[in-house]
Amino acid sequence: MEIHMLKRWREKITPTDVVMWLIGAAILTLVIWGSTATLSEGKYSAYHWFDFVIFGLAQGSIYALIAMGYTMVYGTLRMINFAHSEVFMSGPYTAYYVAAAFYSSGFLDRHPIASLMMIFLVSMATSTLIAVLLERIAYRPLRTAPRLVPLITAIGASFFLQYTFRGLYGSGFQAYPVVKILEGEWMIGEFRVLKFQAVVIIAAALLMAALYSFIQYSRIGKAIRAVSEDKEISSLMGIDVNKMIVTTFVIGGMAAGAAGVLYALMFKQVHFFMGFIPGIKAFTAAVLGGIGNIPGAMLGGIFLGLIESLGPSLFLDGLGIIAPYQLKDAIAFILLVLVLIFRPTGILGERLAVKKA
Amino acid sequence: MKQAIRIGLIGGVVEVLLALIGMIEAFSQRDIISHVISMGHTLLLLVVLFMSYLAAKGTTGNKPLQVLRNSALSGLIVGGMVALLVILGNYINLRKVLINASPLLYKLLTFDQGVIGSIPLLLGGGALGGLLAGLLHLSPTLTRRVLIVSLGSVVGAGVLQDLLRPTFALWGPLSIINEWLFTANGLTLYGAIGLFILIAAFFTFWAHKGNAIRSGINRLSPKRRSALKSTTFLLFFIILLALPQILGLFLSEVLTIVGLYVLLGLGLNIVVGFAGLLDLGYVAFFAIGAYTVAVLTSPELGFFNLSFWGALPLVIFMGVLSGVLLGIPVLKMRGDYLAIATLGFGEIIRILVLSDFLRPWLGGAQGIGRIPKAHLNSIEFATPQQIYYLILAGCLLVGFISWRLRDSRLGRAWMAVREDEDVAQAMGINLVSTKLMAFATGAAFSALSGAIFASKLGSVYPHSFNVMISINILCLIIVGGMGSIPGVLVGAIALVGLPELLREFAEYRLFVYGAALVAMMLLRPEGLWPEALRRRELHSPLPSPQRGEPAGRPGGEA
Repeated sequence: MEIHMLKRWREKITPTDVVMWLIGAAILTLVIWGSTATLSEGKYSAYHWFDFVIFGLAQGSIYALIAMGYTMVYGTLRMINFAHSEVFMSGPYTAYYVAAAFYSSGFLDRHPIASLMMIFLVSMATSTLIAVLLERIAYRPLRTAPRLVPLITAIGASFFLQYTFRGLYGSGFQAYPVVKILEGEWMIGEFRVLKFQAVVIIAAALLMAALYSFIQYSRIGKAIRAVSEDKEISSLMGIDVNKMIVTTFVIGGMAAGAAGVLYALMFKQVHFFMGFIPGIKAFTAAVLGGIGNIPGAMLGGIFLGLIESLGPSLFLDGLGIIAPYQLKDAIAFILLVLVLIFRPTGILGERLAVKKA
Repeated sequence: MKQAIRIGLIGGVVEVLLALIGMIEAFSQRDIISHVISMGHTLLLLVVLFMSYLAAKGTTGNKPLQVLRNSALSGLIVGGMVALLVILGNYINLRKVLINASPLLYKLLTFDQGVIGSIPLLLGGGALGGLLAGLLHLSPTLTRRVLIVSLGSVVGAGVLQDLLRPTFALWGPLSIINEWLFTANGLTLYGAIGLFILIAAFFTFWAHKGNAIRSGINRLSPKRRSALKSTTFLLFFIILLALPQILGLFLSEVLTIVGLYVLLGLGLNIVVGFAGLLDLGYVAFFAIGAYTVAVLTSPELGFFNLSFWGALPLVIFMGVLSGVLLGIPVLKMRGDYLAIATLGFGEIIRILVLSDFLRPWLGGAQGIGRIPKAHLNSIEFATPQQIYYLILAGCLLVGFISWRLRDSRLGRAWMAVREDEDVAQAMGINLVSTKLMAFATGAAFSALSGAIFASKLGSVYPHSFNVMISINILCLIIVGGMGSIPGVLVGAIALVGLPELLREFAEYRLFVYGAALVAMMLLRPEGLWPEALRRRELHSPLPSPQRGEPAGRPGGEA
């Protein structure tokens, strides 16, 4: 019996599988070797590692929020909304002008909480608007088209939006005003945490919890999940599929707009091209967690943020690579490719294995 | 009525957007007809005409009055929206946020008439434009076509004046045309009218006699017909050879860039168009080709110091090798996943090249310089006019290879994989080798293009190889028509050649790109010069054309 299974297993694997496993094993060895080398060298103290972790968590929770949009749209429409990075960019870029106006009038310093709320509101509204327009103009007419067509449309829409915003607001970097109450640091025992990073993590966690419970427990959330299981059956059950698809874009847009402000608070600047890299990272996060799976996207985002923040110093430094931080994006992309190869269903996903992806 | 209002509103939004992103302002630097109308105003007018034409076309029932009313209404609304922008801009300083809402823009939008004076002008102009478009829609087909073509060519001549003027100037007798047709900025008024009449006359003649000429050709004996065909080919080839001499230095430079993109496009056409593997990291192979040449030939690094021709076989080998190496991991992926993974690869290659880690070998951010030019005996391929021949040779070779591959056993296997992987495998096609062959061939073409690029520039920098290039190439084969070899040429001219000629508008290139891509996918997903098979697939008459699921069906019934 066992021999039979072994035989069948041997028939199933192909030379390319072997090559892939060898590559995977080689990368794993390098990572372990590099990490042990770094750790035994003791170049970084516990404080350093703590900083890396906090930074990674903050960055990761932003990725997680953006990834929600990718994952939900993929769940309902089975398409990668390439222009989601522009949905992310449009919010904070527009809200910048609100923030700048508040700053110059002194309102930001007097009522920081209220003005932050306003900034969030404007950003989320803009992103939502863009996302809904995108769905209506670019994607809805193509719902039955072959898969390549909406993808290319999305790429086109992404350019269109980028350069529209460039034309509207200009091509320079705009420095986000400093919010005074977010400066400085808190102490947790012996470790210090930068305030804005902590705020980013907390805000993102709250938002994610709200979104998750909305999707999980509300009527609309249930309808959305039904649509992503099967559009036809759910329309038979009396669900307005079009409305639910628009709702996914609305939720994705809101999450992206909020993530955009958090990003702007963290990195202190906005630019018309700022969506590209976080967009791709967030997509990676969505794939990492299992695309179409909402908790997966959150988990994937945080995991990716941590890897990116810890990776360069943890295993690249140990391998004796000069200036490892230049390679942090490469780590994310390599991780993406590895996940796509070895576990295309992601950490939490399983549905995709059936629905040929 | 309702629809006309909607179309008018959409047109108004488009118009306002064009104004606010600064396109109108930038375009008005160039005159179409000198001192009569600038490109910016032409753009404004074209939107009005197009939108009200749509409104006229969408009118249910064909009563002329209704058509005219609808088109005029939507024209009026477009004009009204622009007027609203002008009024709004007069009261609020939009410039604080929208940097392009400059005084110059208002001057352009109001036709220099002040706010009050411009409102009736804009409204009247919009309505009049709409009326004209409605009349155009109502006029007989032939008149409509003649008008559109001749107006289009006048605008085209105005837009492409920088191309036409130096070309005519190079030729003694033709330079008279220059004086007659062009001023320093824009066409002369008489020239434009003359050109309009000339084109209209020619087009009318062709519409009446064209069929007779065509059937005359068809009636020729097969022998003479093939003779005619080969003469045309020969003529075409001679023109290709003579082009840089005719066109002069600047345009030859443009031609070399177009040629490089044709090479890249032909390669990606194999991967995406033939085999249906959406590769967004195609620039990686371009980079690998360029860097292989740089490392092998540049004395700056001093590893090998080969000549261009000595390095070329190795470049092709590296291309094929990297194609296979990057192809293996993505063999099992499909569609969007493949796109993202290849995008990742492209970025990984760029980040690696850019990093300090590989700097001793690849030059880091400073790149590699002093790459020698290619020599052939005593001829050096240094100026654009000379490099053109190198690229032309490459294009012809690669074009010939892809043309022959298309109908070969391998080409058919690719297309089978494109249509349905599972069925193709069931039919006995080896997916692994078929896909890898596609990746390898595409990569080899791209590496060749990269090699020529490196020797043309004399240096390579990591920044030349960003993801935009991949997307550009993808766009050009989609605009040209996926899987179509002449389509690559058409796409490269439209998406690379035209923007190079309109350099001063480079800022809006990607904006137009994006809009064109979306519009293309919505209206004409098969491209400008599609392959016959794909056209049939996407415009099959069988199911209802509105909601039919285009190429999702197997192509069997086509």
